[in-house]
Amino acid sequence: MNMTTPGAASPRPVKLSCHNLWKVFGPNAEQFLASHGGKVTTADLERAHLVGAVRNASIEVREGETFIIMGLSGSGKSTLVRCLSRLIEPTAGELTVDGQDLLKATEAELIDIRRHKMGMVFQHFALLPHLNVLDNVAFPLLIQGVDRKTREERAMQMIELVSLKGRERRFPAELSGGQQQRVGIARSLAVEPEIWFLDEPFSALDPLIRREMQAELIRLQNVLKKTIVFITHDFDEAIRLADRIAIMKDGAIIQIGKPEEVVSNPATDYVAKFTQDVNRARVLSAAGIMLPASPGASCLRRVKAVAKIESFAAEIVESATPFAVEDAAGVIIGEVTPRDVINVLTGKGRGAEA
Amino acid sequence: MTDVTASPAPGLRKAENLGQYMVPLTIVAAVTIFLLRDRLPSLNTYPDAAIIPFKDWVGAVMSWMKVNLTWFTRSLAAMMDVPLRFAFNLLAKGFKLGNGPEATMLPRLSWLGVVGVMGWLGYIYGGWRLALLCGGGFFALALFGVWNNAMLTLALIVICVPFCVITGLLVGIWSYRSPRFDGWLITPALDLMQTIPTFAYLIPMLLLYGASPVSALLATGLFATPPMVRATLLGLNKVPSEIKDFADMAGCTRRQKLWRVLIPSAKPSLMIGVNQVIMLALNMVIISSMIGAGGLGYDVLLALRALKIGQAMEAGLAIVIIAIVLDRLSQAIAHRQPAIAIAEGTWARHGNLIIAVGLLALTTIFALFIPALATFPKSLTLTTAPWWKAGVDWLTLHMFDAIEAVRVFVLLYFLNPMRAGFESLPWLGVLLVVVALGWRLGGWRLALLVGLLGFFAAASGLWVPAMQTLYLAGAATLVACIIGIPLGIWASRSDRVQSVVMPIIDTLQTIPMFCIIIPVVMLFRVGDVTALIATVAFAIVPAVRYTNHGLRQVPSHLVEAGQVAGCTRWQLFRHVQLPVAMPEIMLGINQTILLALSMIIICAMVGTRDLGQEIFKALAKADSGRGIVAGLVIAFIGIIADRLITAWVNKRKMRGGLT
Ligand SMILES: Nc1ncnc2c1ncn2[C@@H]1O[C@H](COP(=O)(O)OP(=O)(O)O)[C@@H](O)[C@H]1O
Ligand SMILES: [Mg+2]
Repeated sequence: MNMTTPGAASPRPVKLSCHNLWKVFGPNAEQFLASHGGKVTTADLERAHLVGAVRNASIEVREGETFIIMGLSGSGKSTLVRCLSRLIEPTAGELTVDGQDLLKATEAELIDIRRHKMGMVFQHFALLPHLNVLDNVAFPLLIQGVDRKTREERAMQMIELVSLKGRERRFPAELSGGQQQRVGIARSLAVEPEIWFLDEPFSALDPLIRREMQAELIRLQNVLKKTIVFITHDFDEAIRLADRIAIMKDGAIIQIGKPEEVVSNPATDYVAKFTQDVNRARVLSAAGIMLPASPGASCLRRVKAVAKIESFAAEIVESATPFAVEDAAGVIIGEVTPRDVINVLTGKGRGAEA
Repeated sequence: MTDVTASPAPGLRKAENLGQYMVPLTIVAAVTIFLLRDRLPSLNTYPDAAIIPFKDWVGAVMSWMKVNLTWFTRSLAAMMDVPLRFAFNLLAKGFKLGNGPEATMLPRLSWLGVVGVMGWLGYIYGGWRLALLCGGGFFALALFGVWNNAMLTLALIVICVPFCVITGLLVGIWSYRSPRFDGWLITPALDLMQTIPTFAYLIPMLLLYGASPVSALLATGLFATPPMVRATLLGLNKVPSEIKDFADMAGCTRRQKLWRVLIPSAKPSLMIGVNQVIMLALNMVIISSMIGAGGLGYDVLLALRALKIGQAMEAGLAIVIIAIVLDRLSQAIAHRQPAIAIAEGTWARHGNLIIAVGLLALTTIFALFIPALATFPKSLTLTTAPWWKAGVDWLTLHMFDAIEAVRVFVLLYFLNPMRAGFESLPWLGVLLVVVALGWRLGGWRLALLVGLLGFFAAASGLWVPAMQTLYLAGAATLVACIIGIPLGIWASRSDRVQSVVMPIIDTLQTIPMFCIIIPVVMLFRVGDVTALIATVAFAIVPAVRYTNHGLRQVPSHLVEAGQVAGCTRWQLFRHVQLPVAMPEIMLGINQTILLALSMIIICAMVGTRDLGQEIFKALAKADSGRGIVAGLVIAFIGIIADRLITAWVNKRKMRGGLT
């Protein structure tokens, strides 16, 4: 969502975090991990006929942040997000929500946390086929014992929020894929969760609908400001929505960073491959390519450090003079030259050389 | 191919080679044993001295149960008797209040009301056509003067089905929740229960409860519950994992997850289970007339025993009508889409129920004053019995020679030689081949299983009757496949043929086993030929259905690939469609074998000499040990066939990557 807060100096509190999290499928996975003391290779796992779906993953998701987990199919994204919500019991590691150890939560506590703090949207929508739209959206409230009137009112609000008003008596089978996912989104929001998990919510949709839903999500997040953990296998989608991205490969997280950092500084060749075809001007900001301000130079214009290159590229190239870069407080911290901007636009030089 | 690709470790290769020769080797061994039968008699005919007295053991257990569990059986019987009696009174007999001369009679439900409600149900769930089928079908019951007995049969079903459905649902949920319990107890028990022939269920019930409707009810319940367990298990397992995850994420408790998410999501599968329960219950209620169920089945039984073909046919037809109506109605209910607009208010929610109850109440009250509503006027009933009799008489007069010629021909040139062949099969040889097949197809576990089950047949001293059953079931399967598979192929290649064949097949499947025998007996009298024909008619259904389905399911891209490669139609069929559809076709054959086995047993009624006859006699003498062991032997034959074929299909699918 690219809403990097100006006050980056005082980071928001951590909402959800995991440290050295492992999920190994197969018999006696726990003993296996314990005996190897966290140093496990792919060959070790293969020899023991185990699948290391998540390996030694550590992430910290901050309040109000859109955190994206990106990776190819089978890289362990779903498993990781299911561990974070404890739908799957992690094999090893730590997991905290609001500083509370989620792995120590009893079944009753877990139910309570999920009822009030967490919401989830699924790739294939997971709507209940026997309920209409209204009842589907109201379902999480129903099981909490909320009375009929309140829950239907609340559900109607959510249905309006996702622009499905007038379709509340339809059944899931009568809706298009995009509409079904809107129901899924409305349902997950009905309980006003603080943490919102979305597991490839748009992957089953057509490309055009997908873009529309992405815009919708950005709109919703601007209003709701949830803590979002969003899974995707689509790097463009990740760039478009993310505050930060974690890139997964074979169960391990190989890089975490802002879209800009990932694009300009890919940690490995693997990551670089994803970033190849990205439109850099749209990802990189002025701060990403600025040089120290040359003393005494008179700059024609000022741009904000967080401004994307795309937003001032035409002007700077036309004016053929450097622009000054200022931070949130208006202090000049550097300058960008037309040459650097052209290099970014043509895919050469700084930020592209990685 | 290069040398590198295909050279497994030498040890592996040796084992593989050994496996290849295993089956042929055992066949050679079996033939050798047979040829040396004079020198090795005990390897051909199981020695009497080595017979293990399973019969006596089972008999002892049953006697012990009879003596020591009376309190339990009695109270269970008393408990079941209450709703059953109520249903009997409501539908057929009327309520008698008080005793002696002052007793007042409350009437049973008026036939017109019942016909009306059936029509109304049909209308709600399937529109006018179903309304006509249901209402018309039940009206025919009144018209043909079998209303009373039909309602007795229906009463048993009405009480039995909810009982089976609830039990099945609960057991299914339980085994879903604990896979270990399912794997070790439920699935094997279900396999056994579904292969034990129907007659064998009657024996312990007869022993424990005597000949009474309660015995029939319990036997029916036992017989009809397994498909509900399976449907529940299947349905719950089939719920998409995302929906299960959703239930957890929404914060459902275990109970909420089950009843509010899983069960409703599994509803389509569950409803298929309910439909199967209804059909099996009807089937079994008819057969249970042998132990006092009464109703239409009893009419058939009496008429068959007295060889009154007309009456048997009439009652049989009434059963078929009930079967078709119940089947179509329950399927319509199962497939109904949820209504789009749900209006508010009591009327909208319960309107249909109110109409139905009102209809019954009104007609029944009117029946107090108008006798024609209470009992369908005798003068208006039609009886079809004379027509059937006339038809049969005509046939025997004009076609006797032709029919007899067919009968004798089949008997002399097909059945008798086959029978002789099967009867002289050496037990050890057969067992060796079966074990080798098991080992080849499914490893040592399967080999052990089929070996033990086969040995049970030999050691129980029932080897020869078992082979006689195998011969008849084998002959019937063979004929059913020879007719059914080409029919299925034909149906798969033409929508027109399919639209003619499949409804016939569907109807054939709804006809209770007992009723199929009747017309065949009319033409071919009693004996193996009748058994063969009736069994083929019953068992052909899956052969046709699975073949058609399997061929139609061949992915179109495979067919297109074949066409692009320039296959002729025959090549396409031979090299693409048939191989891909083969696993499905084999499953059909598997089903055909199981159905043939169960039908063959019923055919003991028309004088076959085999395990069925063994059970039939045991039933007559209430000899539980003998009957149950014979029933188990049949079940084991079915399980052996089932396991071997399933293993073959799985192996084949795995190789084709079509899992
Ligand atoms: N229940 C399970 N048992 C065994 N292996 C599993 C299970 N669930 C997932 N896996 C394996 O874990 C890996 C990661 O799966 P998943 O998290 O679904 O990947 P993604 O969501 O990134 O496509 C895959 O190799 C998958 O086969
Ligand atoms: Mg996934």
